[in-house]
Amino acid sequence: MTEMKFYGTALSGLEIEPYTGKLIVIEGTDGVGRSTHVALLRTWLESAGYAVLDTGMTRSVLAGRGIKDARSGHTLGRLTMQLYYATDFADRLENEILPALRAGFVVLTDRYIYSAIARAVVRGADPNWIRAIYGIALVPDAILYLRVPTAEELASRVLASGRGFDYWESGMDMGLGDDYYDSFVAYQKLLLKEFDRMKTEYNFEVIDASKPVKRVAMALRRSIKRLIEIEPMAAVDAAPKEPIKAEPKEKAAAVNAPAAAAKPPEAKPAEPKPRL
Amino acid sequence: MISYGHHRYPGRLFVVEGTDGSGKSTQLSLLYQWLKSEGYSVFFSEWNSSPLVKDTTRRAKKRRLFTPTTFSLLHATDFADRTERDIIPPLKAGAIVLADRYIYTAFARDVARGCERAWVREVYKFAVKPTAAFFFRAPLDIAIDRIASGRPQLKFYEAGMDMDWADDEEDSFKIFQGKILEEYDHMVNEFGLTVIDGTQAIRTQQRQMREIVSRYLKEKLKEKAVVAK
Repeated sequence: MTEMKFYGTALSGLEIEPYTGKLIVIEGTDGVGRSTHVALLRTWLESAGYAVLDTGMTRSVLAGRGIKDARSGHTLGRLTMQLYYATDFADRLENEILPALRAGFVVLTDRYIYSAIARAVVRGADPNWIRAIYGIALVPDAILYLRVPTAEELASRVLASGRGFDYWESGMDMGLGDDYYDSFVAYQKLLLKEFDRMKTEYNFEVIDASKPVKRVAMALRRSIKRLIEIEPMAAVDAAPKEPIKAEPKEKAAAVNAPAAAAKPPEAKPAEPKPRL
Repeated sequence: MISYGHHRYPGRLFVVEGTDGSGKSTQLSLLYQWLKSEGYSVFFSEWNSSPLVKDTTRRAKKRRLFTPTTFSLLHATDFADRTERDIIPPLKAGAIVLADRYIYTAFARDVARGCERAWVREVYKFAVKPTAAFFFRAPLDIAIDRIASGRPQLKFYEAGMDMDWADDEEDSFKIFQGKILEEYDHMVNEFGLTVIDGTQAIRTQQRQMREIVSRYLKEKLKEKAVVAK
């Protein structure tokens, strides 16, 4: 059980009670491989019998579509955009993240408030203002920050991925460079500086994301193992002799069944840990 | 980001506030006509008017997706768009902007819905401080009568039905408006709102309003005259 702790003002009307799940944040600038690692972690956790909810920016039912429309038109002002993101965050926090945590899920979130704060601050928002707005955020159980040391390296990773430079990831709205490459590098440099500034403020666990995917994945797993018990499920044939730790047993088993059957988890027996 | 009270623009910003049915919109449109006829360039800005946020708000209301926090934040998003698009540019250009409802509406409603006072004020810190803010105060029963006669049916959020204060829409609406009025009363001193007694004759209220507005305009004309010299 984890006590609910908030950075500032708790949500209006929220009942503050301990929750059984875990909130794990994967943070990092554009191109560090966050979504790849979220997907890998999800499979790994589900194989170990944990029900996982993954979420990320602009995926809210309330504001996701509106933000995407606004982004594609490049028509919203900076303050407006930042508040739109905050709306999206609040909707996911109240309607996805908190209910899942109460139900004992491991919530993996691709970015959290830190990216939103960094983006707002490099665009001239008052740092205290944007932090106060996100004071509604629950303090996560772990913040794993995938760090790549230079913006140039980020740029080559984005190119290597084959998707090329995106208008917003390149900070083209900021007028920092004549072309996408220059703008991307200048913009990501500013973001990296903001992230470094937040490292101690928010207690990030820094993971060196310059390493090969496999090594990064192992580092992430090591960090998560410190939070939750990962042990091979006794029998993979969907009849574990002891039920899974996550609260909604049926759900966890149901979600997990296909993945577990396909690939037995490779983790070695873990030392006993306090249960979720 | 420029914070509340620190913007310096040549234009003037006048806002009207008050509960539903307080008569504020009528007064603002009379003021608009007058300023127009006096030859000023006047812009009109309404609550909930951002074209880009409107679809999201409409859908959320219809599907009842809001919590007090997201209700507050989405309205702040709308207001930010209004500020960046409709309020700051004309003020920079030296025009007069008239706003039907402003941040005080959000402060009253969101706090009535249970959001923390300090948090809501912080969210709106980017807002331009108005030249003058008029609060049209009408007793609850009068305001409710005016609304009941003007509108066929109360909407879900308008009536505060999301808060489970009462089963009946009209009862819920009364409770909600009562809380809102209480918040407005708190804000009179906090933000220096100009209170206009909304039970007076329409022309009387308008005269008071014009008298106050013209003070700020004279000052402005004087400034212009100085520059001309």
